[in-house]
Amino acid sequence: MTQHTQELRKLIAQELPNLDVVLAWTHGHNSLTSTPLFITTQEDLEKLDSGPMHVQNLAAYLPSLKGRKVGIVTRGCDSRTIIELLQEKLIERKNITIFGISCSGAVNIRAVRRAVNGESVRSVQADGDSITVTTNHGTHTLRMQDVLMDKCYTCTNQTPIIHDHMVIAQTADHVPGDAPQTTLDALDSMEPGERFAFWEEHMDRCIRCYACRNACPLCVCKDSCVAQSRDPHWLDQSDTPREKLMFQAIHALHSAGRCTECGECERACPMGIPVLAMKQALNRRIKHLFDYQAGMDAQSTPPLFMFRQQEENIKERDAR
Amino acid sequence: MTTARFLKARDIAPWLEELSTAYTVLAPARHGDTVVFRDFNPANGIDMEHLSATPAKKALLPPCETLFEYKTTKTEEPPYKTAIELHPTLPEGKVLVFGARPCDARAMQIFDRVYDGNQARDPYYTARRNNATIVTLACDHQEETCFCDRVGGSPVDATGSDVLLTPLKAGYVAEALTDKGETLLNSTTFMKADGLKQEALNARHKMLEQVPDRSSFLDMERNLLSLFSDLGFWDKTAQACLSCGACTYLCPTCYCFNITDESHGDSGKRIRTWDNCMSSQFTLEGSGHNPRPTKAHRMRNRIGHKFSYYPQLHDKTLACVGCGRCISNCPVSFDIRNAVACAIQQADAAREHAHD
Ligand code: SF4
Ligand code: SF4
Ligand code: SF4
Ligand code: SF4
Ligand code: SF4
Repeated sequence: MTQHTQELRKLIAQELPNLDVVLAWTHGHNSLTSTPLFITTQEDLEKLDSGPMHVQNLAAYLPSLKGRKVGIVTRGCDSRTIIELLQEKLIERKNITIFGISCSGAVNIRAVRRAVNGESVRSVQADGDSITVTTNHGTHTLRMQDVLMDKCYTCTNQTPIIHDHMVIAQTADHVPGDAPQTTLDALDSMEPGERFAFWEEHMDRCIRCYACRNACPLCVCKDSCVAQSRDPHWLDQSDTPREKLMFQAIHALHSAGRCTECGECERACPMGIPVLAMKQALNRRIKHLFDYQAGMDAQSTPPLFMFRQQEENIKERDAR
Repeated sequence: MTTARFLKARDIAPWLEELSTAYTVLAPARHGDTVVFRDFNPANGIDMEHLSATPAKKALLPPCETLFEYKTTKTEEPPYKTAIELHPTLPEGKVLVFGARPCDARAMQIFDRVYDGNQARDPYYTARRNNATIVTLACDHQEETCFCDRVGGSPVDATGSDVLLTPLKAGYVAEALTDKGETLLNSTTFMKADGLKQEALNARHKMLEQVPDRSSFLDMERNLLSLFSDLGFWDKTAQACLSCGACTYLCPTCYCFNITDESHGDSGKRIRTWDNCMSSQFTLEGSGHNPRPTKAHRMRNRIGHKFSYYPQLHDKTLACVGCGRCISNCPVSFDIRNAVACAIQQADAAREHAHD
C-alpha cells in the first residue's frame, strides 16, 4: 500500500462516523481491474485502494445517493463532474464530503491490453512512471505515458478544483509527454466521407447495450431515455449503424456544454468504440461559441441552460 | 465410430472460404481492438487465441430479427377501410459457426429448452437452429475469468458441438460428433487422422489437469431462492452496478427480447431485438407500474434466473456456462462468481441461524 493510500484511509476513518457512505475504489477480479467500494464500516475501509489503475469516475453514483451524507474520493477530473452536478442541482454541496487526491494519470486498460498484444494478464504493478505487466507469456514493462486515458494527456487539473480534505503525498509532475494521436485528431484530418465511413465501421459492432449512457454521470434520464421509450416511439430499434449512430448523436447533443470529458462513456463501452470523440467535438464548439468549459465553476450557469437575446460570438443579426 | 481429421492451421482460412459458398460462416475476428463473431472474410483474419467479447449466440438469436413485414392500404371510397398485408420472413440459409468455445456451444442448448421445447416452439429459432452447424474449439487454457468447470462444463466439453477441434502443434484434430459434423469433415482440405485421436484425447486430458480444484455452483437453486425476499442482500450486491446491460448482451445464455413495430409511412416491419433484465424498462408495465423498480430487484433476477429459476425448470441445468464475459466486460468489474458465492454463504448462514 502506498503512503498516499494510507493517508487517504486515515482521513476517511476520521470522517466516517459523520457519513452514511464513502465512495472509493478497491481492486477488481485481477490487478488490472478496479471496482467501486462503498465504505460504511472500518472493515470496508481496509479494502480501499487508490492509484493509477483505479480509473472509474465515482461521481456517477452521487445523484442516486441524493439526500444522504456521502463522502467521495476525487481526482481533478472527477471534481469537474461534481461541479457540473452541483450546477445542475442534482446534488447538494452540504451533503458531500470530498476527499481530494492529486493524480498523475489513470491507466487505459485497453491501451495496456494492446501493448501486451492481447496476452492474458496475470498481474500488474504500477511503479511511478512505468507499469510492469505479467501475462501468460512473460513480462512487459510499459511506459506510463504510453498507456494513459486520453483525457490525461490534456488534463489541466491534476488537483481537484473543489475538495474538503486533500491528500498531498505525490509530488510527481504530470507524467504525459507527447500525447499519442487521439480519435478526435484522427477525425479532424478526415474528409466528411471518410468520417462517415469511420463511424459506420465502428457502429457496426455496437450492441446497443447503453453502457456508454449508463456510465455517464451526466446522463440523468437513463430510466426514461428517448432511446427506449415505446410511446412516443422516437428511435427505430433496428441494429443498423445508422440507428446506433443516431443514439450517439443524441447522447452527444444532450451533454453538449455539460460533458466534462471524463471519458466514462468510452471506458464503459464493451466493444471499444471511441464514442468520446463526438462529445469532445461538440465541447470544442461550445468553447469557441461561449468561451465555456463544463465543470470549472460551481457558480456559473452552463450556456445551454440560459437564454441571451444576443450571444457575443453568434452574430445572427449581423449576418442578416 | 466417429471420424477424425487433421486441419493444418494454415488451411483454416481456405477451408472456411470453401464453406462460404454453401454457408454463412461466422468466425471470431478482430473488429477494431475487440474480438467478435462476424461474417468470415479472409481480409479480417480469424482470432483463435482470444475468447471473443461477443458470444456466438447471434447465429441463433440475432440482435435484430424481422418477424414479418407489413403494408397497410386504405380504400379510396368511404367507408375507407384499412387492409393490412403481412409478409412472413422466416430465416433461410445455412449458418456455420466456426471457433465457438465449449461454453458457447453448451449455451445454445440452454436456448433449445426454451425456444424449441415441449411448451413452445419458436419458428424463427428452430429454422435457424436446424440450419446451424457448430464447430467448437477446445480451449487450451482458462482465462482468469473463466469458470466453466464450476457450472457443469469444462474447457474441452463437446456438448452441443457438431465438430470438436483439439489444438495440437501446427494444427487441430477435428472430430465429428454428429451427422452434420461428419458431412463437414468430408472436405478434401483435411488429412485422415484417426491415428491422432489418442493424441487429441491426451491433449484434452492435459488441459483438464490444469483446471483448478474449486467449489461448484451446481445444486444451489433452493438455497438461492431462500434469499429472494432479503432485499438488503441484493441492494448491497448490486450497489456498484450501472444497470447498463452489457453483461446480458454479451452473455451466451441470455435470450430475452423486445418486440417493436418500425413503421415508415404505410409499411414497416415487426422486429425482435435483444432486451435485458438489467434495464429498468424491462418489466415496466403499461400502467406505469414497475415490479422491479431498483437495480437490486434486477440483479436478483439476473442471478436468480441463471442459478435458481432456470435450473429448477430444466433438470438442474444452470443457465450460466461460466464464460466470464460478463465479468471481463463489465464497466465496474462486477464479478458474478463472488455474488453467487456470497449468496450461498448468506443463505447457509440464515439457515443455520434458523436452526439455532
Ligand atoms: S458524455 Fe462521456 S465524457 Fe462526457 S460526461 Fe458523459 S461519460 Fe463523461
Ligand atoms: S456502450 Fe458501446 S456497444 Fe454499448 S451502446 Fe454504447 S457504443 Fe454501443
Ligand atoms: S455490465 Fe456490470 S454494470 Fe452493467 S448491468 Fe451488468 S453488472 Fe451492472
Ligand atoms: S452469466 Fe456471465 S459467466 Fe455466465 S454465461 Fe453469462 S456471461 Fe458467461
Ligand atoms: S469458460 Fe471454459 S469453455 Fe469457455 S472459454 Fe473459458 S475455458 Fe473455454
